[in-house]
Amino acid sequence: MLYIKCPYCGLRAQKEFSYGGDATVKRPNINEEVSSEDWDNFVYMRKSPRGKHIELWQHIAGCRQWIKVQRDTATHEIFQTAKVTEEIR
Amino acid sequence: MSQPFRLNKEGLINRNKKISFTFNGKKLFGFEGDTIASALIANGIHLVGRSFKYHRPRGFFGAGVEEPNAKLQVEFNGHSEPNVNATEMELVEGLSATSQNCWPSVNFDVGAINNFLKMFFPAGFYYKTFMWPKSFWYKIYEPFIRKAAGLGVASIEKDKERYEHKFEYCDLLVTGSGPSGLASAYAAAKNGAKVILAEDKPRFGGTLLTDDVSIDNLSGKDWAEKIITELKSMPNVTVKNRSQVFGYYDHNMLVMFERVSDHLEKKSKFTPRQRLWYIRAKETILSTGSIERPIVFGNNDTPGIFLSAAAKEYMKVYGVLVGKKPLIFTNNDSAYETALEFKKNNVEPIILDTREEHSSELIDEAKSKGIDIRFSHGVIVANGYKKVKSAKIGKLNKDKNSFEKIETVDCDCICVSGFWTPSVHLASQSGNKLKYEEKIDAFIPDKKKQHETSVGAANGSFTLEESLKHGFENGSNLSAKITETKTEISIPNVNEKKYGAHDKFWCMPLPKNENPKRFVDFQNDVSVSDIEIALREGYRSIEHVKRYTTLGMATDQGRTSNLNGLQLVSNIENKIVPEVGHTTFRPPFTPITIGTIVGREVGMEYMPTRKTPMHEWHEKNNAVFVDAGAWKRPRYYKLGSETLFEASKREAKNVRENVGICDVTTLGKIDIKGPDAAEFLNRVYTNAWMKLPVGKARYGLMLREDGIVMDDGTTTRISENHYHMTTTTAQAANVLSHLEYYLQIVWPELNVNVVSTTEQWAGAAIAGPKSRDMLSKLYPDLDVSNEALPFMGYKEAEFFGVPSRIFRISFSGELAYEINVKSDHGMFMWEKMMEVGKDFGNQPYGTEALSTLRIEMGHVAGPELDGRTIPSDVSLNGLVSKKKDFIGKNSLGREAFNVESRQKIVGLIPIDRKSSIPEGSHIVQDQNAKLPNPKLGHVSSSCWSVENNNPFSLAIMKDGKNMIGKKFFAVSPLKNKSIEVEVISSHYVDPEGKRVRS
Repeated sequence: MLYIKCPYCGLRAQKEFSYGGDATVKRPNINEEVSSEDWDNFVYMRKSPRGKHIELWQHIAGCRQWIKVQRDTATHEIFQTAKVTEEIR
Repeated sequence: MSQPFRLNKEGLINRNKKISFTFNGKKLFGFEGDTIASALIANGIHLVGRSFKYHRPRGFFGAGVEEPNAKLQVEFNGHSEPNVNATEMELVEGLSATSQNCWPSVNFDVGAINNFLKMFFPAGFYYKTFMWPKSFWYKIYEPFIRKAAGLGVASIEKDKERYEHKFEYCDLLVTGSGPSGLASAYAAAKNGAKVILAEDKPRFGGTLLTDDVSIDNLSGKDWAEKIITELKSMPNVTVKNRSQVFGYYDHNMLVMFERVSDHLEKKSKFTPRQRLWYIRAKETILSTGSIERPIVFGNNDTPGIFLSAAAKEYMKVYGVLVGKKPLIFTNNDSAYETALEFKKNNVEPIILDTREEHSSELIDEAKSKGIDIRFSHGVIVANGYKKVKSAKIGKLNKDKNSFEKIETVDCDCICVSGFWTPSVHLASQSGNKLKYEEKIDAFIPDKKKQHETSVGAANGSFTLEESLKHGFENGSNLSAKITETKTEISIPNVNEKKYGAHDKFWCMPLPKNENPKRFVDFQNDVSVSDIEIALREGYRSIEHVKRYTTLGMATDQGRTSNLNGLQLVSNIENKIVPEVGHTTFRPPFTPITIGTIVGREVGMEYMPTRKTPMHEWHEKNNAVFVDAGAWKRPRYYKLGSETLFEASKREAKNVRENVGICDVTTLGKIDIKGPDAAEFLNRVYTNAWMKLPVGKARYGLMLREDGIVMDDGTTTRISENHYHMTTTTAQAANVLSHLEYYLQIVWPELNVNVVSTTEQWAGAAIAGPKSRDMLSKLYPDLDVSNEALPFMGYKEAEFFGVPSRIFRISFSGELAYEINVKSDHGMFMWEKMMEVGKDFGNQPYGTEALSTLRIEMGHVAGPELDGRTIPSDVSLNGLVSKKKDFIGKNSLGREAFNVESRQKIVGLIPIDRKSSIPEGSHIVQDQNAKLPNPKLGHVSSSCWSVENNNPFSLAIMKDGKNMIGKKFFAVSPLKNKSIEVEVISSHYVDPEGKRVRS
């Protein structure tokens, strides 16, 4: 079971969180024209990297904040966590 | 009554407390502190079970977790448990143990015929034999194999015991209380670290209890006791015996299995039987020790053959002799300690040492005590079927591949030692890639993967001095990093015997023309020849050899067999062991009960139960409940001997004719506030929200980004910047997360807050033509006319002195209202409604009637919004704005969503107007067509239309709107039904929606 550091609450067990997918995907702006290719990429296309991956988790059983987690998909090592407004490099 | 193999004085058992128990029906005695194994051995009983495949007689081999044979069916404290390890289970008064895998008895077992047919049961036998004829598998082969396989019998009774889960956090977890574990825990505790020390056995000390050593002039046992006593007195230390750390998971989480009360005769009511600990440790010390491995020889599974250290443990801990005429068969010095212990107890052992004559501290001592030592000797084959009677021994030639001399010696037990294997299971589970240590012919941990440090024998150091030093150093350094305190501890003086080098010898050759079974893995009956066959048949990877032969599988996980199996494979393959590699170590290290894994989450505690504030009223009024997620909702209220069908029909009919009330508390409710709330709703919902006036509600539809309908519900503008959203019961949590996602990540610039208020409000729907009359009685001072409170109107008013919200919304399709009051007032509201409603023929209605009402109106719900439908599929495209953007809008333009023949919602009625159409039925053109019969759609919801008094269903059907008026078949192979149906509009009742506006 992963041990995830919520930037608001501190280290908490994985069972308090819910997974939310790739955090680097950016939704096309509302009310702006978007090509169907860009839209399809946004809705459907995801990379499945082996190694470092920046992903979203929501602290559903805690502060209910969505957060960013940089995790190694092969080893589960967590390198960094951040608020969604912050950058992970 | 007497225990013929019990020593007079030795041992740590409590001789003042006699314990009676039975084995295979025979009444026997042991002492407090015995295991089942030690008590049976004390009584001279060795034959305890039959082997898995050949049904060969089996006895005890070890004295702890390494035991591969002695698994018993044990009854105690009112439950029966299979596969209990006799070497671990402590004796309790009244315990009853029986042998497994034998019939009619362990002494005469019919299955033993397999042993004499063993030439027909080689490795891969099952794979090869039961292949054909194919049709025989289900009816003949599989039932036969299932009956023959397996050891004990699992109970089918409900487990009445209590099991617990516990979550714990610590600086340092120490797994094992041998010398290195004690030293680590002690050093860390002195540095102020929060320490948990876990010991699998009932007694602390590990090898200190059995080795002839002294520390600071105290015996090993006394030193261990002193340290444990001090650790127990420290507030920062938790010391646990009978606790096995069995799994090492991600991020330094370890799981421990504690046997809390299995050893107790009496316990208090709420004492759990066993407890599972989830321990998140900053650092972990793996002081798991090592397990002796056997040397392979002929008939080496005969009862009376033990690991040499186990024989010593039986003497020193339990005061029990495993035999009175022992043969000690060894390739190293440690077995000499066993021989000396026998000698001390006036038993004359013979030592067979595979090494050539040489000298070491222990050998010299054995010689000086006059023990018969035969160098370059080994056991070729054990004689005796149900117990060792003698052994054929041989003098090995220089190359150790044949014999210079063979003779037979009498013996009643053989104690074998093939050197030591570090217990690296937890280290391996942590992700540590192991490395092969040539010096000890075994794997030890390599570079750390997590925060684990292996010390002592688990790390391949077999001397006490080294183990203690490692323990103190690592315990001190690891904890000092955490506590930033370092207390100097002087490492104690140690007195131990020096061991000479061991012999890299692990399997006895066989004389010509002799072919007894030589077992590598006892628990699975895997012999040398089985592994040879696997390799001959082309299995190369050790993982494949394991699966083909079952080497190292089952509950003992090959603790005594893995390395010998690897040696054999590498010998035959002409490789070295590290090239062969090892199989994966997986948790649990030892078997744990299912009850412990489940913990308290059984029966009513399996998941939380959510009850509405009116729940008690429903119970008192014969409600039959249905689970809606965690909620309990009344499905119908049973009158007299009514069936579900009759009751729901009555309730629905009463809504259409008079008025009904329904508990709608479970609907998801989300409070939305902020200056940008309107803009936010406008993006979330498919329809327009900017112009909704204060005091009005609107029906809204929300999509996922892929265009599929996510949820529907009404949202009401309470005030300028304040909205009240409702969701379906099932989607409440998902919708909240969805809204939070967009507010926190996608549009953080919107100033909006959302919070769930589902539990804050109790809700009741009043529906039916008489609902306005009833409402006016509930709110005598309020104008509830159609003009003052029109469809989709909203008002706040006092409900008999209690603040309330009135929404004129309808799910039933009738004139209807929903009243919300704070949860605390829910019961008050409900009872008042029942009282006032009497004059109007009011009846409560449950979810079944609710479904009937919405289905015949053609209102969609979960079965239609099933994650595959877009708005136009369910005739909700009128709610999709063409002017503005919203979540999922871009996806609605996809080609597949816009083809003419796309699925649409329709209504179905049976031609005979009588047969109910099962939900999930497929719609087909020809009911007799050859399979696969082309599917045109499926039935999503079915009801008995109370308005038209015949069955009616909703269906999602290809090109549905153009099918209206046509006839098809709804077939349900599950229910074995095929019903001819006619396609009609999905709006079966009041298609213009006049009633809701009346």
